Amino acid sequence: MKDVRILEIRQSVFADNDRQAEALRAELREKGVFLLNLMSSPGAGKTTTLMRTIEALGEVFRIGVMEADIDSDVDARTISQSGAKVIQLHTGGMCHLDAAMTRQGLEGLETGDVELAILENVGNLVCPAEFDTGASRNAMILSVPEGDDKPLKYPLMFSVCDVVLINKIDVLPYFDFDLEKCREYIRMRNPDARIIPICAKTGEGIDAWADWLRAEIRSWRGSMQ
Amino acid sequence: MHELGVVFHIMDSLEKVAEENAVTGISKVVLELGEVSTVIEDYLQNCWKWAARKRALFAEAELVVEKLPAVTWCDDCEKTYPTVAHGKICPYCGSPHTWLLQGNEFNIKEIEVY
Repeated sequence: MKDVRILEIRQSVFADNDRQAEALRAELREKGVFLLNLMSSPGAGKTTTLMRTIEALGEVFRIGVMEADIDSDVDARTISQSGAKVIQLHTGGMCHLDAAMTRQGLEGLETGDVELAILENVGNLVCPAEFDTGASRNAMILSVPEGDDKPLKYPLMFSVCDVVLINKIDVLPYFDFDLEKCREYIRMRNPDARIIPICAKTGEGIDAWADWLRAEIRSWRGSMQ
Repeated sequence: MHELGVVFHIMDSLEKVAEENAVTGISKVVLELGEVSTVIEDYLQNCWKWAARKRALFAEAELVVEKLPAVTWCDDCEKTYPTVAHGKICPYCGSPHTWLLQGNEFNIKEIEVY
């Protein structure tokens, strides 16, 4: 008969990832690399918004982009047209990136001269919210066709974000999307989140988003001293 | 929907524990799962079986999931109520100023080793 004993663990399943994320955050701070984790459901407009972001801030910061997808390199190809440094990460079927995968991605990106690293997470409103990537700030995009009730249905995603971009506002007249109601639902989950309506296709609202991001990077740098 | 990723995380953590405690095999893993965590037990069990076959340490490890009920606290009337039945709105006073006290936990409680 085997000699069986019980080991008490009593730790969160996410504890290990949380530790790795904290370590990565500290390391990036030391190097002066601001990491933005961009999340949304598939098709909300992450890549188009990124192209606009690079257009707006590419002269201000040296930008590096990590495209995380289950398969393909279509997003990386699109981003590479912007002139920004880009690397495609394949998650091998996984629905999110964790801190260890993010670290590998940053190594692949060779962050030496990058000041703003942007992680385009896997399109998904559930899993990426659970796994801290080590990012300096979390952003998410909710697009109008998805509906104004999403903050109620995916509360965790909205509660971990510093900023929510409401994208595709050019099609508001064609959808039953109540912008005020949506703001209220987001505030219920996260009173501190900044909410910025944008249209990545036409460029509307991109200035406000770029201003927010620039201010966040500056205050993050300021708090280093 | 990220049960497989979660299983890998659990196994990675426990492999470290095993190494630190000179464990040669694990016969049981007990998890605590909150009622409103985003993990579904059936999927978790299936992913566990699949992954356990690929890692020697877990070849004989049974996964036991203990459920923790979800309880919400109301700031306005200072009462608690079951989250799943009533959601965000307090059933006693109708207030939306409520917070989840417990129910989103996902913990490794203990393991049985040899």
